Amino acid sequence: MTSSASPAAAGDRPRPVGIPGAGQPLRPAPPAVAPGAGLVTSDGIPRLLRLTDQRLVAGVAAGVAQHLRAPVGLVRAVFVVLGLLAGAGVVGYALLWIFVPQASGSGGAPETTDGALSGPTTGRAVGRRASAVERRQAIGIAAVGVAAGIVTLALGGGRWVGALVGPLVIVAIGAAFIWREADDSQRRRWRRTAAGWARPRRGAWWRIAAGVVLVFGGLGVFAIAQVDVASARSAVAAVVLTLIGVAVIAVPWLAKLLRDLTDERRERIRETERAEVAAHLHDSVLQTLALIQRQPGDAREVQRLARAQERDLRAWLYGPSGYARRGDGGADATVAAAVGAVDPRGPSETAASYPGPGGDTGAGALKLAAAQVEDTYAVAIEPVVVGDVPLTDETTALVAAAREAMVNAAKHAGVDTISVYAELEMPLASVYVRDRGRGFDPAAVAGDRRGVAESIRGRMERYGGRAEVKTSPGGGTEWALTMTVPPAADADPHGA
Amino acid sequence: MTLPVRVFLVDDHALFRAGVKAELADLADERIAVVGEAGSVGEAVTRITADPPDVVLLDVHMPDGGGRAVLQQLHEMLPQVVFLALSVSDAAEDVIAVIRSGARGYVTKTISGRDLADAVVRVAAGDAVFSPRLAGFVLDAFAQRPDTPPVTDPELDLLSPREREVLTLLARGYTYKEIAADLFISVKTVETHVSSVLRKTQLSNRHALSRWAAQRRLV
Repeated sequence: MTSSASPAAAGDRPRPVGIPGAGQPLRPAPPAVAPGAGLVTSDGIPRLLRLTDQRLVAGVAAGVAQHLRAPVGLVRAVFVVLGLLAGAGVVGYALLWIFVPQASGSGGAPETTDGALSGPTTGRAVGRRASAVERRQAIGIAAVGVAAGIVTLALGGGRWVGALVGPLVIVAIGAAFIWREADDSQRRRWRRTAAGWARPRRGAWWRIAAGVVLVFGGLGVFAIAQVDVASARSAVAAVVLTLIGVAVIAVPWLAKLLRDLTDERRERIRETERAEVAAHLHDSVLQTLALIQRQPGDAREVQRLARAQERDLRAWLYGPSGYARRGDGGADATVAAAVGAVDPRGPSETAASYPGPGGDTGAGALKLAAAQVEDTYAVAIEPVVVGDVPLTDETTALVAAAREAMVNAAKHAGVDTISVYAELEMPLASVYVRDRGRGFDPAAVAGDRRGVAESIRGRMERYGGRAEVKTSPGGGTEWALTMTVPPAADADPHGA
Repeated sequence: MTLPVRVFLVDDHALFRAGVKAELADLADERIAVVGEAGSVGEAVTRITADPPDVVLLDVHMPDGGGRAVLQQLHEMLPQVVFLALSVSDAAEDVIAVIRSGARGYVTKTISGRDLADAVVRVAAGDAVFSPRLAGFVLDAFAQRPDTPPVTDPELDLLSPREREVLTLLARGYTYKEIAADLFISVKTVETHVSSVLRKTQLSNRHALSRWAAQRRLV
């Protein structure tokens, strides 16, 4: 009814401007419309504002038209049609009037609108008011709407109008939910699509069309059923059809939304990972390289730095909680710790501060001791550890004695490398510290040199262990330290 | 040993290849001649197939599958070529994985030039080369612990006491000669023990070894 009357309203005038069809090309691209920062959203679509300078009532229709890049006449017609549906359009208009902010004064928007209307009728030379043509047209639309409303009421059409409004409201609420749940990037895309209604992708067109057909098909069945004295069956069919229609429209959106969220989360994790790697490499490797560049002449210092850095990086890569190990089972980490593939910490950390497996065990303590000696005396020590034992008084003494043996070798043997091999098994733990250096004659060691006698042998014997040294001048030195480890209650050094 | 051992280098770092070559040349060791090098798995396979060397020094970590990929493609085809893994990594998985793929030995890149030359000559003669750390891994994998599952094939899944002794001394940093002197056996016997340990490492079903291998999709 409205559609049949609308051309009549426009027909009053020889349509210079303002008719839906003619209005479209005249409406400029929105970014040009509103160059002001606050007037345009991040993706170049004009904000929804009430354009009071183009108003007939409150500027809502003009604002909506600019926001959706639709001809203002069409928007007004839609409002009127909705208004016929039990006043939904009126309520919507009122709500928009209340909640949509007013465009601030005579910003950039009116000017460019003027430019756009520079056609034959610049009916709005001042740029403050809607053009006379436009106004006449709108009044015509309103008049037709009122007339149609009266006719509808007279014909008793109020019933099916109500039936139409209900589903529409539901659809609107559903759309609102989807909108609210969407994240920013998704919304931006939707907004762009909504604004570019003219050319959605073909698939989208197809989907929307199918959805619309189903929705209105459902409503149609409902309406017919109402008229033909409804049977419950056709009402159910109508509802089902309507729901299917809504699903066709909404489900792809929801699926896409879900996919977008997953993608985004994955991307964020990857980003964090990259940042972490970069930060670690910067903090450790680049710093060390800088230090090395500053003192290239000091071979010992360079070697010390390189060794410390290597140990640190290895621990980070292959350590129990190492980078390369993430995602592997915890058992692997335990294996790695147990077989001694790792030096689990940097030189500055203490055994107590180390959280991973092996930190409070004999293997961890021994590797820490080796690292400390390595750092202090600039020698290379590769501890090879088999098995592991918990830290008890005995194993602590064993590690301390081994450390002393390493220090002796580093200080006196005159070698670059020291071999350390430990078998940390339950009944018997052994540590071998070996160098190929000067060696000494044990019988000739002066009685006042307490290092060997006290720190190594005495320490071992106090806890029931043994320390044997195999050495000769020029033949290197090897300490063999053995200690009986009493099985502790909670002793399960190999994990599960 | 009249002819020098022909050595082929596979490493994706040109700098490292150059370093190894220079170091081996500096030794002026008559026993060794570097005959070629490759920087990628594909290049290595092509060149080694075209002119098989005696020994391939193989980097473990490379793009496209690393040393293991080279081993898998060439080991069956060229059984006479001996592979010696040479890597900066000494993580248990890497070491065990290349050994189980057929490498005759594993040394880390921190090895001195002289030791490397010795190792090359030794593997060329059919011997196995264990770094102390590799010896440690194997000892750990073959350890008899209460929580390890019972052995299925004692022939393969257990080390003999003598093998264990030899391996322990290797882990302690002894040379073959020193081991021989320490155990009052000949160097040849030490070599036999080490080769036997290597064979067991490659063929054994032991849980720890199998798991390492399975992680790297070797079995």
